[in-house]
Amino acid sequence: MFKKILIANRGEIACRVIKTARKMGIKTVAVYSDADKDALHVEMADEAVHIGPAPAAQSYLLIDRIIEACRQTGAEAVHPGYGFLSENPKFAIALKEAGIAFIGPNIKAIEAMGDKIESKKFANAAKVSTVPGYLGVIESPADAVRIAGEIGYPVMIKASAGGGGKGMRIAWNEGEVEEGFVSSKNEALSSFGDDRVFIEKFVTEPRHIEIQLIADKFGNTVYVNERECSIQRRNQKVIEEAPSPFLDAATRKAMGEQSVALAKAVNYESAGTVEFIVDKDRNFYFLEMNTRLQVEHPVTELITGIDLVEQMIRVAAGEKLTVTQDDVKINGWAIESRIYAEDPYRSFLPSTGRLVRYQPPAEGTADGLTIRNDTGVYEGGEISIFYDPMIAKLCTHGPDRLAAIDHMSVALDEFRIEGIQHNIPFLGAIMEHERFRSGNITTGFIAEEFPDGFHGVDISRSRSDRLVAVAMFLHEVHAARAVQISGQLPNRPRKVPDEWVVAMKTNSEVTRQKIRVRESDTGLELDYLDADGTIASRHLVESDWRPGQPLFKGLVDGQPVSVQIDRAKQGYMLNYRGASAHAAVRTTLGDSLEQLMPEKVAPDMGKFLLCPMPGLVKSISVAEGDEVKAGQTLAVVEAMKMENNLRAERDGIIAKVSAKAGDSLAVDAVILEFE
Amino acid sequence: MKEILRKLEERRAVARLGGGEKRIAAQHARGKLTARERIALLLDQDSFEEFDMFVEHDCHEFGMENQKIPGDGVVTGWGTVNGRPVYVFVKDFTVFGGSLSRAHARKMTKVQDMALRTGAPIIGLFDAGGARIQEGVDALGGYGEVFTRNVLASGVIPQISVIMGPCAGGDVYSPAMTDFIFMVRDTSYMFVTGPDVVKTVTNETVTSEQLGGASIHTTKSSVADGAWDNDVIAMTQIRRLVDFLPLSNRDEVPERPYFDEQNRIEKSLDTLIPANPNMPYDMKELIHKVVDEADFFEIQESFAKNIITGFARIEGRSIGIVANQPMVLAGVLDSDASRKAARFVRFCDCFNIPVVTFVDVPGFLPGTAQEYGGLIKHGAKLLFAYTEATVPKVTVITRKAYGGAYDVMSSKHIRGDFNYAWPTAEIAVMGAKGAVEIIHRADIDDKDKIAAHTKTYEDRFLNPFVAAERGYIDEVIMPHSTRSRVARALALLKSKEIENPWKKHDNIPL
Repeated sequence: MFKKILIANRGEIACRVIKTARKMGIKTVAVYSDADKDALHVEMADEAVHIGPAPAAQSYLLIDRIIEACRQTGAEAVHPGYGFLSENPKFAIALKEAGIAFIGPNIKAIEAMGDKIESKKFANAAKVSTVPGYLGVIESPADAVRIAGEIGYPVMIKASAGGGGKGMRIAWNEGEVEEGFVSSKNEALSSFGDDRVFIEKFVTEPRHIEIQLIADKFGNTVYVNERECSIQRRNQKVIEEAPSPFLDAATRKAMGEQSVALAKAVNYESAGTVEFIVDKDRNFYFLEMNTRLQVEHPVTELITGIDLVEQMIRVAAGEKLTVTQDDVKINGWAIESRIYAEDPYRSFLPSTGRLVRYQPPAEGTADGLTIRNDTGVYEGGEISIFYDPMIAKLCTHGPDRLAAIDHMSVALDEFRIEGIQHNIPFLGAIMEHERFRSGNITTGFIAEEFPDGFHGVDISRSRSDRLVAVAMFLHEVHAARAVQISGQLPNRPRKVPDEWVVAMKTNSEVTRQKIRVRESDTGLELDYLDADGTIASRHLVESDWRPGQPLFKGLVDGQPVSVQIDRAKQGYMLNYRGASAHAAVRTTLGDSLEQLMPEKVAPDMGKFLLCPMPGLVKSISVAEGDEVKAGQTLAVVEAMKMENNLRAERDGIIAKVSAKAGDSLAVDAVILEFE
Repeated sequence: MKEILRKLEERRAVARLGGGEKRIAAQHARGKLTARERIALLLDQDSFEEFDMFVEHDCHEFGMENQKIPGDGVVTGWGTVNGRPVYVFVKDFTVFGGSLSRAHARKMTKVQDMALRTGAPIIGLFDAGGARIQEGVDALGGYGEVFTRNVLASGVIPQISVIMGPCAGGDVYSPAMTDFIFMVRDTSYMFVTGPDVVKTVTNETVTSEQLGGASIHTTKSSVADGAWDNDVIAMTQIRRLVDFLPLSNRDEVPERPYFDEQNRIEKSLDTLIPANPNMPYDMKELIHKVVDEADFFEIQESFAKNIITGFARIEGRSIGIVANQPMVLAGVLDSDASRKAARFVRFCDCFNIPVVTFVDVPGFLPGTAQEYGGLIKHGAKLLFAYTEATVPKVTVITRKAYGGAYDVMSSKHIRGDFNYAWPTAEIAVMGAKGAVEIIHRADIDDKDKIAAHTKTYEDRFLNPFVAAERGYIDEVIMPHSTRSRVARALALLKSKEIENPWKKHDNIPL
């Protein structure tokens, strides 16, 4: 076994590999760029080597530097993680030449699977199911109809030179094929100057399901079940799970065996993943093979108990696999949520900066439920502009799918991040989403269910009752403390009312609940009162929450509830299950007076061009009085080294320009104003 | 007998209705609450005791003798905020537009006198049309009586003013002499002369909002210390403020149970200071992580943002915080920042509120705009305020403490009690570049030499140790232990005793 390995990566995956290496008694070497000087993986490793400036192209992607770091530290092997050099055959070759082991597959396998056409050929040869299609030139509409008939409807006609949806048509019958063939050809010619088109099967209601496998140098290859990664936003995986709610044992076996066949065809000898697209009739088609550890590997580990990194290291060191196909079982269900530094309310724009607060839920297993959080950051650390904006991979495991999902909801509710925007509300909303919970998902889930992006969600009646109870509880705790202040008139204890109104504003509604409170031995008893004073329902809140704690944890009617709290000018902002609510607790009189207050109408920002993110104004392209057309560039703002063209959304005349080149603007700062 | 009792209730009911249902409805339509509604929100439930409910004016001019409304446009009395006494006078816009008569002024001065005598804060809620013109010089005299009491009470009891409607002419000077002025956005404004007079005299066309709205007074003029969106929020927040303040200058700061850890370690503060000395960071993060429960009541949040002032608590006891804000103008001291902080420090000193100062200051802002604007005297105000203050003063230098600004920011030399520095502190006359260009003027054209000199200067002076070697810093502390160190220092300083030489009063450079 190796005595020392180097991890040619950063962030959570570097930390993840170090953990297993440490468990195996192997020393670890981290590499780091200028931006990662104080990163967690550097802190965790036994040794660390600086390899260059912040941009990956000048550090983590430099093969020579990494080999030099191995030499310097005497590392015998390199784990590449994912991304960066993990699937670069040149890196594997260079390591081989340097006599350093690569904790990954052989060079041939990387090369073969790294090439789209080559990998399809291998797949076909290994009798792996691929998307049916005709790659030759199609001469006439009649030809197209014949080929489409052979493939089976629906089919997709695509420009050979295509991209971005141009020259693409979906046809459900012969007429549509004829029509689509002609228009696709014309469009291809005008867009790409090349009118060749091809036809392939159009997979309806597609799901992304992949098979994890692990192989050794002795010809043993085992598939370690599947993962479903259909919840994607613009081809970026957001939520993954294992097993898939869709596969039956027969399909799983067929997919697994085909994957093993493909792996054997390239003498695969490490952990790898074969990705498939699966249609609504459980037909599955090979997409590609990833010759590395996948981001979402923890869900597989959680349901199988196999440490994939450990297996990778062992087979790279020439050991035999310790698991056989029969050993691989499915135990319960695991879900992974990728927590990204992005603003879900602003079309998921990346959000970088200092992690003012980073308090993940506690890891571990209790009552058959597990939380695992793979991360490479810490409180007070930085989410840098140079790398992937992933903050953490939060995984939960439970006996069945809904248990895992519900536990994920709680874990997300307890995950505290301040300082940057993050997608936890969005993830929380998906966990609550009926369609997701039903398992009836496709890769189109996010686009279909959130067609206009994410704007927060409302909460169900029962959940909002709980949230109201929590708000009431918070207020009571504060009130009880407030009356203990020094300097009160002697012997005249302040009367604290026992009837209150909780006004709660959620995404689209305002509710008011009158409550009578009573302290009891167990906790705070709440009578929810109707307008006529009769008791509509009774609730009990039990918690040892104290003022200042940003997380409320307790029981409402015996149900565990975790809610994040932020102070507002009046009352609290509460975050729960993806929903954000403002709750204010007032006396009955206070509540009636509050209703007299005018609604503050935010100024019509449609008239303004606002800075979408903190950034530097590079240029202003228009002047006061200019007439502009929709789509015209108005200003260029640089943020995170990226130039963003801000364009006019409609025609108009510029009334006022408020910013100039060189200005450093905050988010929502006014750049210019229309008439 | 019963008949007599009933009569009292009747008279009370009439008085409580103020200017009548119609005017109350009009007040609500403007998005404002009535005087008594405001009081109900401001004070503890059922704690208000009203004085002079039946007072009427005695004006006989212009037919006023036929228009009398009990209360005469102001509601006065006392009540409690979380059990602690406060006095209030609240203008009633539904009665003669809240305008000030002789009788109205006497109601005000009565509670002012009582507040001063018993040592409890006084809160004035303003929503009025100014002097009652029909009363002539009686109204002006009334103002003068009110002003006199404002001045006498200054520094003895906290005086808080909230502008919740119009406040013009003579009405503005009473709030102007109190400790804090807050406003309600969109429904309040405050000016000496209104838009009509402005138009006549200077030919400027402005709206009331542009002339004296909350947006102006919280950002441009600094007349107001803060503003809130509506009456309800304003009253909630004033209650929150009162909880921070002692009842009078004879009282200790209030104390209440706290649920924060006494020795909370904040590892993340060890990475607060960026590696690059020119990169800003948010000083508010430090404040939130040091004080109890991250609860910070900021004063003048929107004005001179290069310095932060406000109230917080450590171990349940109120403190005042002054901190340079590197996010804005690098935290430089300019005239506005100096005035803002000076006034705040003096308030704290009046009322026995310890001052905790966080320092990251590159110096005073250079330039003609500042010098012509009297930076020397404005800067001197802050220096003066810190020096004369006898309350406990604890200072933490996080990064830069350059030049005269180092002295000003509650240094040991001006009677700072505990002065800590983080290891990242740079206590020096100026930054490396400026210093090297002066000390090594001869080498100015030799880049390599200048670079070497700069390095030498940085190594020698840009750290806390030169100051620590001389005892100007009591100790260099770990950022993560800031809360526990400040808390311990304050605990010790509870028994601090120091007196300034007897004087009638000092002569701060106004």
